[in-house]
Amino acid sequence: MSKVDVIDFLAGLSADSPLALIRDRKPVTREHAQASYRALFEPADPGDDSLLERFAVACFVAGLHDQDEIAAFYRSGLARLAPTESFLQALSAEITAGRTTGPYGAYPKGPLSAEDVAGPVYTVSEANQAALGGRLSAAFAHVHMLVFHPRDASAAHLQKLLDAGWSNTGIVTLSQLVAFLAFQIRAVVGLRALAGVSA
Amino acid sequence: MTDHVILHPENREPVEFTLALLDWLPWLEPPTEDALTERQRASLVDAARSKSAYFRLLARDPDILEARTRTDKDIFFNTSSGAPRAERELAAAATSRHNGCIYCASVHARHAITYSKRVEDVRRLLDVGVGADLGERWNAIVAASVALTATPIAFGSAQIARLRATGLDDAEIVDVINAAAFFNWANRLMLSLGEPAATAT
Repeated sequence: MSKVDVIDFLAGLSADSPLALIRDRKPVTREHAQASYRALFEPADPGDDSLLERFAVACFVAGLHDQDEIAAFYRSGLARLAPTESFLQALSAEITAGRTTGPYGAYPKGPLSAEDVAGPVYTVSEANQAALGGRLSAAFAHVHMLVFHPRDASAAHLQKLLDAGWSNTGIVTLSQLVAFLAFQIRAVVGLRALAGVSA
Repeated sequence: MTDHVILHPENREPVEFTLALLDWLPWLEPPTEDALTERQRASLVDAARSKSAYFRLLARDPDILEARTRTDKDIFFNTSSGAPRAERELAAAATSRHNGCIYCASVHARHAITYSKRVEDVRRLLDVGVGADLGERWNAIVAASVALTATPIAFGSAQIARLRATGLDDAEIVDVINAAAFFNWANRLMLSLGEPAATAT
């Protein structure tokens, strides 16, 4: 079990740094942010979402956020699961292909439609679908939507995951995984920025 | 076990940001209240949440639900130090407004009003959007939340300087970061596992 506090580690906060001490004042937040990481990446039973799928999704999400150090952290987790070279190459290529800027997306038709922002709808390239497999290829399309344009989400997106072999519970876990990473990455980047101007 | 999502063709989704109490309809089947296991029940943290389709759906994976819920509650409810409750709720509402989560924005706009009493400012955030002028301290918190919500993340020294200039210390800034970061978690679950619905009046 990971003993290192992942947010402190990724933000570069040593245990006696001013921001680590501020975090120490809210031990429940610290403890359960860490427990969330463990629930997703060190689960007692991975159930319907394999560890390889979990770490591959994390690499994809961190890569789409253009956060090299966080991506490297999850890539080292993925490396422990011995992915093939072609899998890793496909993953890297899809991160590069998927990068864009968010949030964008459409609102339900009405007065907010004036605020709709257009953006790409991503799918894994045909060339990389074989290396990633059907389940992860479907997941990556969904994950990209969750990262960059979550207000476009619809029941049809979940149907595509069911059709690709994801279970109901597996979709809940996949959704938590991406949503948690959206939190963790922002907590890390925010703390790192604050540490950078507090020296 | 269903192989099909649950559709709600009769539902008329709200098309505007609103302070009204909304309902939420799941696209995947939540366990019924009676079917919840001991572990799932414990993961809800508040027993009353067994009435909520959203929390019962998330209880399909109880370990991450429980850790998520305890993180959420401490970020927002622990006032032993750090930013005022109202400003944490403002960060949550601004994040939800920017991501486009009508359901989350309604809940946290109401909370922001409860703790600040600034009904008109909060209503303007919903109506006008994250560019609304809410006075410099609130503007700085909204701008920081928006920058942190962008992908790639646009939060940095400029947002921090503005927060400090309006009187926030580092412990308060950490609370704003956590509140906005957390709603990037919450918005994505709410938006992608079901849809908002007007409550019967």
